[in-house]
Amino acid sequence: MTVAEAVASLQPITWHEPRSSYDVVIIGGGGHGLATAYYLATRHGITNVAVLEADYIASGNTGRNTTIIRSNYAVPEAIRFYDHSRQLYARLEAETGAAIFHRVKGHVWIAHTEMALRTERSRVLMNQALGVDTELLDPAGVKALIPQIDLTGGGRYPVFGASHHVPAATARHDRVAWAFASGATARGVHVIRHRAVTGLLRDDAGRVVGVETAAGPIRAGIVVSATAGRSTQVAAMAGVRLPIRTHPLHAFVTNDFEQGLDKIVASTELACYVSQTERGQMLIGAEFDSQPSFSRISSFDALRSYAYKITMLLPFLRSMRILRTWAGLCDISADWSPIMGETGVDGFLITTGWGTWGFKAIPAGGEQMAERIATGRTPALIAPFSLERFTRDHALADQASAGTR
Amino acid sequence: MHTLDCPRCGRRPLDEFTFGGERRTAPSPIEDADARDFDEVWIFENPDGISTERWFHSAGCRRWLTVRRDTSIDRVLEVR
Repeated sequence: MTVAEAVASLQPITWHEPRSSYDVVIIGGGGHGLATAYYLATRHGITNVAVLEADYIASGNTGRNTTIIRSNYAVPEAIRFYDHSRQLYARLEAETGAAIFHRVKGHVWIAHTEMALRTERSRVLMNQALGVDTELLDPAGVKALIPQIDLTGGGRYPVFGASHHVPAATARHDRVAWAFASGATARGVHVIRHRAVTGLLRDDAGRVVGVETAAGPIRAGIVVSATAGRSTQVAAMAGVRLPIRTHPLHAFVTNDFEQGLDKIVASTELACYVSQTERGQMLIGAEFDSQPSFSRISSFDALRSYAYKITMLLPFLRSMRILRTWAGLCDISADWSPIMGETGVDGFLITTGWGTWGFKAIPAGGEQMAERIATGRTPALIAPFSLERFTRDHALADQASAGTR
Repeated sequence: MHTLDCPRCGRRPLDEFTFGGERRTAPSPIEDADARDFDEVWIFENPDGISTERWFHSAGCRRWLTVRRDTSIDRVLEVR
């Protein structure tokens, strides 16, 4: 698709005046909230839905991530879920007619120690057992895919091998949000911007029956929290306590460069990752701040640390300049897996704990939450991710697949 | 937040310290043991505002500090 065709494919969003009551109110106009509304409308014919966004749509983590779509996780429940999401992404342009600049690139996860290589080997076996195309590479295989790489890792981080997740892709994050918003509003869903939720309405039995906003209450049959960065605070409005801490994660892009880095390159020990955008910028992210915080101010320390690490692997990046930097607020759950479904409070569902792994999950998260709302039953694909898993000691520990720490 | 004022070592870069989590209040008497265990093991207060935390000066005096911090702007208010 050419740039002109992509521009022409941008579909309008119909902005509606809010009503005072809806069947479903979704808090948070990011990817997950908009996708949930889109799938409610397209798969289940439920269009009496409002998505309430405190700022502009995709102003949170949907517009702040590093746009990587992959399913090379390490626990079976997660691999199934993320691979379903990856497949929905691959079909999204055909389904919506909106260009999201979906490009299959492959994700190379480099190991610098024997220990890390064992982790990658087990990831490859687990992925293959579930039909996900991930292969093990030796250093020569890494060099063949990424000619720019320094296999000695600057003398400090030698490349021992890697796992190569072949179907991994990237997509424009704002285009993804726009595609879901336009598809949903065209079918009658209301997307309401600059309307922060300040509280929840409860009936005498404790059921959540709507939301309170600065411009007045909105009644709802079901309220879904699809926020990120403020999940703890929104859940607390319903008296729900979450196993979540909120950490800022910084990312940056460099100046434009001719297209040359075909793969998404990630490192296990260095916990950093880089890919080249359609414009030619190098998009670089790394681990989140160790201390929880709600500040989105990027720090020089983080930039210095990321730049140091990534140039050890890809020395050509030394000649580039940092053009733009930003931070997002990651809700890191206690077991590094998302939380979807019931909260124990009637009429109040959540999709949260999306940490640094939320973008790749937008289509599947939205589709499955929509099915839960429409049918009243939790689909098998997301049943393992219930909040209740923590009380049953069925946590899905998968820190090694987050790509960060 | 780039530095912490360690009471023993003075102002040191944040890299020297390890975040040790929220300081938990004393456990409540056991009424519903499962609920209490769930809370103790899994739940974080995660306040957007003043938080009282433990930090370990891992690359310095190797003592534990109690830090009061405003998480909304990531600024330290007090170190003990």
